[in-house]
Amino acid sequence: MTSEAGALPAAAPGEHAPGEHAPAVRRRARGAARWAPYGLVAPFFLLFGAFGLFPLLYTGWASLHRVELTAPDERRWVGLRNYTRLLDDPFFWNALGNTFTIGVLSTVPQLLLALGMAHLLDVRLRGRAFFRLVALAPYATSVAAATLVFALLFGREHGPVNWVLGGAGLAPVDWQNGPWASKAAVSAIVVWRWTGYNALIYLAAMQTVPRELYEAAALDGASRWRQFVHVTLPGLRPALLFTVVVSTIGTTQLFGEPLLFGAGAAATGGADHQFQTLGLYLYEQGWVNLHLGRAAAIAWVMLLALGAVFGAARLLGARRAG
Amino acid sequence: MGSGRRRAGRYGIALALLLAAGLSAGCASDPPGPARARDAGAGGERPVTLTVGVFGSFGLKEAGLYDAYMRLHPDVAVRQSSVERNENYYPQLITHLVTGSGLADVQAVEVGNIAEVVTTQGHRLEDLGAAPGVEREAFLPWKWAQGTGRDGRTVALGTDIGPQAVCYRKDLFARAGLPTDREAVGRLWAGDWRRFLEVGRRFAARAPKGVAFTDSASGVMAAVLVGAPLRFYDGRGELVVGSNPAVREAWDLGAAFARHGLTARLQQFTPGWDHGFADGGFATVVCPAWMLGYIEDKAGPAGRGRWDVAAAPRSGNRGGSFLVVPSAGRHRAEAVRLAAWLTAPAQQARLFERRGSFPSASAALALPVVAAARHPYFGDAPVGAIFTAAALGVPRAPVGPKEGLVAQHLSDGGMLQVEQSGRDPDEAWAGVLRSIDNALDR
Repeated sequence: MTSEAGALPAAAPGEHAPGEHAPAVRRRARGAARWAPYGLVAPFFLLFGAFGLFPLLYTGWASLHRVELTAPDERRWVGLRNYTRLLDDPFFWNALGNTFTIGVLSTVPQLLLALGMAHLLDVRLRGRAFFRLVALAPYATSVAAATLVFALLFGREHGPVNWVLGGAGLAPVDWQNGPWASKAAVSAIVVWRWTGYNALIYLAAMQTVPRELYEAAALDGASRWRQFVHVTLPGLRPALLFTVVVSTIGTTQLFGEPLLFGAGAAATGGADHQFQTLGLYLYEQGWVNLHLGRAAAIAWVMLLALGAVFGAARLLGARRAG
Repeated sequence: MGSGRRRAGRYGIALALLLAAGLSAGCASDPPGPARARDAGAGGERPVTLTVGVFGSFGLKEAGLYDAYMRLHPDVAVRQSSVERNENYYPQLITHLVTGSGLADVQAVEVGNIAEVVTTQGHRLEDLGAAPGVEREAFLPWKWAQGTGRDGRTVALGTDIGPQAVCYRKDLFARAGLPTDREAVGRLWAGDWRRFLEVGRRFAARAPKGVAFTDSASGVMAAVLVGAPLRFYDGRGELVVGSNPAVREAWDLGAAFARHGLTARLQQFTPGWDHGFADGGFATVVCPAWMLGYIEDKAGPAGRGRWDVAAAPRSGNRGGSFLVVPSAGRHRAEAVRLAAWLTAPAQQARLFERRGSFPSASAALALPVVAAARHPYFGDAPVGAIFTAAALGVPRAPVGPKEGLVAQHLSDGGMLQVEQSGRDPDEAWAGVLRSIDNALDR
């Protein structure tokens, strides 16, 4: 949509190029036509400036100060101190590690499951629309509701998960306090919520793959699996890339699930910060400990880290392609 | 070409419409501020509408105090807005105070935050000590002091306090061969929390399987801490958590309960804890006055006649709240009058009668509804007498700005690790001190 609107001013003069003696009225109309698109897109840029760019820059400015929520007007310039202190802040590194671990534990199974699910939904079966709706239902559930239910499921004493484990003769797991168990539990919530969403994206992409390719592959004697690997997957590449990017961003911002999964001291992400993510640490610094400057620095580091990850991925991709 | 241009124009209009729709939707989904709080019922057309911002179910409304005030003042309507948890309520309150917008006319403040509010926000609050009808002598001196800043202005008036007792299960005590009479039970551990530990070990030796002596190690630690004359801050406002032997003593005692397996390994105010009341997972819980209603709710009708209340080994105050009046409010004079009335002894007594919140007004302690109060759910225990005695014995400890935050790190961080993951107490102690230092940005 935007590209077409953007192409308009370039096209407009060309249209009237032969008419050198155009009357003034026509010229004014042409001016309006030239500027109208900018007027139409202006609201977006104004809003983006007010609610996107300004907070971003202001956060950067605040991150260079020591500033508390109790007195936001009393800023003290500290330069890069808020950033350098993150280097020897064990809680920050812990949160970064947790974010990475939970990200891997949730993204990888989630995307694989979504692929499988999309493949199943792609097959002609009765009540397809119903199954697609069901697949999307978790995504439509609020984070809060889902997490509270999962926190109950993973309860130590009365949780159904441990009850099932006990039935299978296994020892109960302390899902809340175990360093790995708690991360797995938080990941489970993420997987549950997002698998259907990704599956539908894959499904949409799968349906754009020309059926003739499958027929040709079948004629050549390719098995279903080989068809999947050599026809479906290449066709899915843009969709795969999209879901990986979105999941990575989602992981970096992971907040609601660990916040609500922790029962009491919610913002610390468990008694030993065992499932505190970067988003949660940022929240704890800003809204529990009231250190706005430090919170702002963490926010910027998160943005920079994300940029670095995508930059590196691009470089790698370019090298492989070239 | 021409058709392409028209199409682009149409797209542009569609885009603008979409944007407008998105914008208006964004406005519609804004969370309602305190000003647009739920209607308290009568009197939208009254000339003055006062709002009261509280956390949790504060009890003022439930005790019918707003209705009573509106009957007394036909020109005033009172409405309340509530945020469930103080962790969410407090940052919001601070933000609103700092920006001077979004405030209710009267705001509640929890005791863990009171020092920070008084010292950093005092200049944004009305001096309630000078308000007509407010008498310093009517309040417990330590409660009055907590709401008073260094400049001598009293910007916060006390509502309730949390003197502590021990709630215990008579039936479980009987099965473990311990006395069940509340006087005798109180004598078992009178004077020293270490005797509480001894009783716990006696209980554990003969207790029914699957029943712990008490609910949580952090519950015990908190109970010991709140009775100490010096806790996290000294008189000059310096943090002394790490160097104050009283804190370490409380920590060690909590850890001892965990090590001897005398706790049900629960975290207070979580669903698991609530379950524990219902299915009898533990025999005792150190209970501030306000917890009695909670226990009654969670233990349900089945617990009636089983639970009782005995005096705690030592006095201490856990919890309690204040009311403040922000200067940025529109109806300051009326709000001050309301806050003064809500915290006056007669109303505090009524709050106790209806909701069990124990009065911080010493003048209310002598009133018969308090002094002679008995609790039918807890075997008709003389809760008025028990908690009055506890309240009068509360030491006057300095309260610091991050009181609540420090307490939370100790209990929900460190002690929880000792109790639930079996972490070495010394190691956990060092960890919790680091965690506190980081949180306080020292």
